[in-house]
Amino acid sequence: MKSRAAVPITIRGLAKHYGDVRALDDVSLDVRSGEFLTLLGPSGSGKTTLLMVLAGFIRPDQGSLKFGDTEVIRLAPHKRDIGMVFQNYALFPHMDVAANIAFPLKLRGVNASDTERRVASALEMVKLGGYGARRVDELSGGQRQRVALARAIVFEPSIVLMDEPLSALDKQLREQMQIELRQLHVKLGTTTIYVTHDQREALTMSDRIAVIAGGRVQQLDTPRAIYEQPANRFVAEFIGESSFLKVTREGSDVRCAGQLLRVSVAPPASGPSLLMVRPERLRILGPALPGDGPRNSENVLEARVTEVIYQGDTFLVQAVLADGGRIGARGIASAGAMARVPRVGEPVRLALRVEETVLVADEGG
Amino acid sequence: MPGAAAATDAVQAAAPNARGLRADALRERMALLGLSAPAFLLVFIAMVAPMIWLFGLSFLADNGSFSLEHYRRLIAQPSYGRIFLTTFNVSLLTTAICIALGYPLAYVLSQLPQRVANLCLIAVLLPFWTSLLVRTYAWLALLQRKGLINNWGIELGLWDEPLALVHNLTGTLIGMVHIMLPFLVLPVLGAMRAIDRDYLKAAANLGAGPVRAFWQIFFPLSMPGLLAGALIVFILCLGFYVTPAVLGGGKVIMVSNQIANDIELFFNWGAASALGVVLLVLTSLFLFIASRFMRFEAMMGGAHSK
Repeated sequence: MKSRAAVPITIRGLAKHYGDVRALDDVSLDVRSGEFLTLLGPSGSGKTTLLMVLAGFIRPDQGSLKFGDTEVIRLAPHKRDIGMVFQNYALFPHMDVAANIAFPLKLRGVNASDTERRVASALEMVKLGGYGARRVDELSGGQRQRVALARAIVFEPSIVLMDEPLSALDKQLREQMQIELRQLHVKLGTTTIYVTHDQREALTMSDRIAVIAGGRVQQLDTPRAIYEQPANRFVAEFIGESSFLKVTREGSDVRCAGQLLRVSVAPPASGPSLLMVRPERLRILGPALPGDGPRNSENVLEARVTEVIYQGDTFLVQAVLADGGRIGARGIASAGAMARVPRVGEPVRLALRVEETVLVADEGG
Repeated sequence: MPGAAAATDAVQAAAPNARGLRADALRERMALLGLSAPAFLLVFIAMVAPMIWLFGLSFLADNGSFSLEHYRRLIAQPSYGRIFLTTFNVSLLTTAICIALGYPLAYVLSQLPQRVANLCLIAVLLPFWTSLLVRTYAWLALLQRKGLINNWGIELGLWDEPLALVHNLTGTLIGMVHIMLPFLVLPVLGAMRAIDRDYLKAAANLGAGPVRAFWQIFFPLSMPGLLAGALIVFILCLGFYVTPAVLGGGKVIMVSNQIANDIELFFNWGAASALGVVLLVLTSLFLFIASRFMRFEAMMGGAHSK
C-alpha cells in the first residue's frame, strides 16, 4: 500500500477566538510534503484547535489553509479526504474491525473484492492480520489504536492527522507504538501532523516540531534545534529539564555569578536574556583530581552542592552558585562515577562546552 | 489423637486465619441476604402470590371444580380472537406512531444545548404530572362532535361536517400516543445523548456526509434506546384500559376492557382470569422473542457501551 503523492500544507493567518480567549492567534505554518510534523504544547495551548481546523471540525474566524495548491478552509470535513486518528480512537462500536476499516472504502464506492484485499493489507500493516472479525470491545487499548490507524490510512489519504493517539496507552506500549508509527510514516510517506503534549514523544517521532503556546507558534524546527537552541524561555522550559541563570553582557561574552563565560552565539544587543543549562550537558569535575580539570573548549561554573539524588540510570546534583542561582547537573550512575560524586555542602566545578552555552530570551509562553 | 492435632496445627500455620476469614465472608453474605428479605417478601405478596391465585382461578369452573372451560371458550369463540387481534393491533399502531413522532423529537432534543433541551424535556414530561384519567377526559372534550377541534374546524371552514375523532380507533390512538410518548422519548434521548460526538466526527472525516453519517452511525447507535422505548410502549399498551374505554366508545375493545366486562357485567372471575393469564403468557412470549434479537442489558441501560 503506497499512498497518493503527499502534499504540503500551507497555513496562513489562522485565527479563532472564543469570547476573549484567543485559541489561535494568527498562526502561520508550512508543513512540507511527506513530513512528520508534531504540534507540541501544554493543554489549552491551541494545538488541538489547530488540528480540528485542519480536519474541518472547527470553523476559524479567518485565515487560509491550503492542501497543495487547493484552498480548503471552507471545505466540509467529509470532503477533505484526510485520515485522522482520534484521541479516543472513535471506532464504531456497532461494527466489527473489518467493517470499521472498510467504512471509508465503502463511502468511496470501492468494490467488494478490492475492499476485502485493502482491509486485509491495512490490518497486516498495523500487525493485526486476522483480526477482521473481532468486535471492537474485544480489543485491548493498543489494538484499538492500531485499528484506528488502519482505518485512517486504508483509503490512502495524502494527509494524516493524529490527535494524541498514544495518550491512553501505558508507557511501554506507548514507546513501542512511537517507533511503529514512525516506521509506518516512513513506509507510507504521507504528510503527517501529530498532536501531543508529551515532549519526549515529540522528540522521538518528529521530522520537525512546532511548539505551540497561547495560540501561537513559539518555534518551528527540528527536534535537535528545539532542544539545543530554544527560541525563548517557554520553549526551553517546556522541553527537557533546564536551569536558567542570570547573566550580564560583557562584550561578546557574558558574566554569570562572577565568572566570565564564552558563548557560541553573541548575546542579543537588547532585551534580557538567560543562560540555559541542560543538566546532562554539564560535566561534574572532581574538586582536586589531576587530569580532571576543564578543557579549553569548556566554561566552568563554581557552585556548592545542596542535594544529590540517585535516580537509577542517572544521578542529579543540585547546586547553588555564588549569586544564589540554582543549577542542576546530571551524570550516569555508574559505580565509578557514583564514588566520585561530591557530598552535600562541598564545592563543585561544573564544565559546560562553549557551543552548548546557550542564551535564551527571557520571555515567551 | 496427637497426630491429628499436629496436622491441624500444621494447616493452621500454613494458612493463617483462613477459617476465620471464611466465616466472616459467610456471615457478611447472610447479613446481605437478611437485608433484602423484606423486599423479597413484598415482591412475593404483591406480585407472585396474586399471580398464582389468578392462575388458579382461571382453571376453576363456576361450581368450583377444576375445568378448562374458560380456555376452551377463549379458543371456541371468535370474538375473543378478535379482541386479542384488536389489542395487538392498537398496541402496534400506537408504538409505530410513537416512534414516528418520538424519534425525531428525541433527535432534536439531543442536538439542542443542554439547558434548552432540559426545558423542552419538561414540556414532554409535563403530562406525567396530571392524572391519566384527567388527560383522557380532556381529549374527550377536545375531540368530541361538539368539541373544541370540530367547532374550530367548522368555524374556520376547514371541514363542513363534524369529524368522527373520538369513540373510535382514531380517538383511542390519539389518547394512547399522547400518554405513551414520554416512555419512548426518554430512553431514545438517553441513548442519543450517550453517543460520543467523536463517532460522527470520525464518520465525516472518513468521507460520510451528514445524511450517511446519520443513517450509518447515529441511527444504529441509537437503536438500543429505540428498541427499549418501543418495547416499553408496546407492553404498556397491551394492558391499557382507561383510554380505550373512554375514547374508544365501546368500539375498541382491548383485553383489559373485556376483563372488566367479564367481572362487572357477568361477574365471571374465571373467564377474566383466563384472559389475564393468556395476555400475560403472550406478553412474556413477545418479550422472550424480543430478547433473542437484542441484548437486554444494553437495551435497559439505554446507552451503548463504548
